[in-house]
Amino acid sequence: METNTRVKKSRWIKDRVFFGAVCVLSGFTAIPLVLIIWEVLRKGYRQLNWSFFTEEAPNSLEAMMAVNAGDLIPGGVANGLVGSLLMVLMAVVIAVPIGILAGIRLSEHPESKFSGMVRSVAELLQGTPSIVIGLIIYGWVVKPLGSYSGFAGGIALAMLMLPLIIRSTEETLKMLPGSLKEAGLALGASYSTVILRVLLPSAFGGLFTGILLAVSRVLGETAPLMLTALGASAIEWNVFEPMSALPLQIWEFYNDPNLAGLIWSTSLFLLLLILTLNLLAKRIARKWKI
Amino acid sequence: MENMQDTKQDSPKHCILEFKDVSISYTEGKWAVKNVNAAIKEKSITAIMGPSGCGKSTLLRSVNRMHELYPEIKTTGQILLDGKDVLQMNAMEVRRKAGMVFQRPNPFPTMSIYENVLAGYKLNGIKVSRSQKDEIVQKSLQDVGLWEEVKDSLMKRGSFLSGGQQQRLCIARAVALRPRILLMDEPTSALDPIATRKIEDMLLELKKEFTILIVTHNMSQAARISDDSMFMYLGELVEFSDTQTIFTNPRDKRTEEYLSGQFG
Ligand SMILES: Nc1ncnc2c1ncn2[C@@H]1O[C@H](COP(=O)(O)OP(=O)(O)OP(=O)(O)O)[C@@H](O)[C@H]1O
Ligand SMILES: [Mg+2]
Repeated sequence: METNTRVKKSRWIKDRVFFGAVCVLSGFTAIPLVLIIWEVLRKGYRQLNWSFFTEEAPNSLEAMMAVNAGDLIPGGVANGLVGSLLMVLMAVVIAVPIGILAGIRLSEHPESKFSGMVRSVAELLQGTPSIVIGLIIYGWVVKPLGSYSGFAGGIALAMLMLPLIIRSTEETLKMLPGSLKEAGLALGASYSTVILRVLLPSAFGGLFTGILLAVSRVLGETAPLMLTALGASAIEWNVFEPMSALPLQIWEFYNDPNLAGLIWSTSLFLLLLILTLNLLAKRIARKWKI
Repeated sequence: MENMQDTKQDSPKHCILEFKDVSISYTEGKWAVKNVNAAIKEKSITAIMGPSGCGKSTLLRSVNRMHELYPEIKTTGQILLDGKDVLQMNAMEVRRKAGMVFQRPNPFPTMSIYENVLAGYKLNGIKVSRSQKDEIVQKSLQDVGLWEEVKDSLMKRGSFLSGGQQQRLCIARAVALRPRILLMDEPTSALDPIATRKIEDMLLELKKEFTILIVTHNMSQAARISDDSMFMYLGELVEFSDTQTIFTNPRDKRTEEYLSGQFG
């Protein structure tokens, strides 16, 4: 009887110690994240004013004079913001329909040869370093068109989004109860009607979350854009011209000591954008759960 | 053949569905259903009983050709619905004539109660006027005894209802298309006794208008609601007669053993 309680007690202590260790260790993993946010916030918040969003990147000389006079650097990242929006939009328009179709195919015929092929291609694409994607699009689009362009950048981002969309579509559709499809078919509906009007709407939350996460993933991509969109110092709405993007601007600011003051505010903005998208995706996933 | 059936119209109950030598296999050479012959009477409830794995669901799902979703499943023989072989008909047409209710309630989660009842029309692209829609929804929900409970929340999602209400909604969804026969695969096995009782009472009402073929694990349910009963064992239809007879005076020893709870 007595040994029994002692065993119980030692087990209780072990549990506590283990639980404490888990807490401390998981706390450690949060430290880098907190430090990153703190650092970016501390260095970047000062420049985040209205003109930061509405004005184009300043030139080196203006920036130097402002800094010497002790002022904030004039100008902002409007050219990068517009470029990022346009290119991500193009990527979404290209990757979402193709990705969703491929995802439907994979979840409906998981065993078929063609699905196996699609799945391998998606995995390969996901494993390809983004700079290599940039190189490939350079060869396929930039070279033939004879110019760097936002269009090429959009295609490069689409290639990066595609495997993510395929995967999320497949997973979401597979999670739907099989009885949903049978219920639709049992009413006499055609196969395509059931997919379009029963399965896809039911999967909407998951699909939308997947798209948001894919967008937030490519929003920070820099390397492939260097080889495709190149960058531009002014706002560019023509997608067949070179175009800037937020991460490209960080790289440009880094290369110009006079503009270094904008690195952190741009990073902060990009980080906030991506965090917001992620949080939004989580909320939607929770809300639309069925 | 069809003429003959027409003339039989005024005889007490004519047969609406007929299985002729129906065999079904999931894997080559292994028959989950073997040579079933049976005729189902119109406007009656026919129960399919038998131990787990004996082929009840398999037989039921052959009627509306659900097996076609899985290409490895093979069906032979004839299944005559109103004298026409469903295996020769257009699958979508068959399914509109043979409504199905599943074991777990499965209302469409993105649709309101109202839309769920009309789903058969919507998904088949059948155009109906606004007033017809209202009428169909009210009639179908009344048929399943759900109207009073939900008439003020028709635009709410069907998934907010209780399990029993959801199942009645699914029955309303099937009934809305006015099918010739309703196929039900253990429709109450996921429900509590009170919800089950409600559905049983409702089925007895529905029988006045529809023919019902229902798979059930629950012998007392079969005894309570069915007019005729089938007993299946290892894919064979062992016995098929009116429920009274099968429960009081079964012909086959296996039926007797099953009904007295010796296996299953
Ligand atoms: N998808 C399938 N693939 C292969 N065999 C199957 C499949 N579904 C059912 N079977 C087999 O077919 C036979 C009949 O199954 P069925 O589901 O019709 O039985 P049941 O009488 O409905 O049983 P239960 O009461 O458990 O629902 C069983 O032997 C089962 O193993
Ligand atoms: Mg079954």
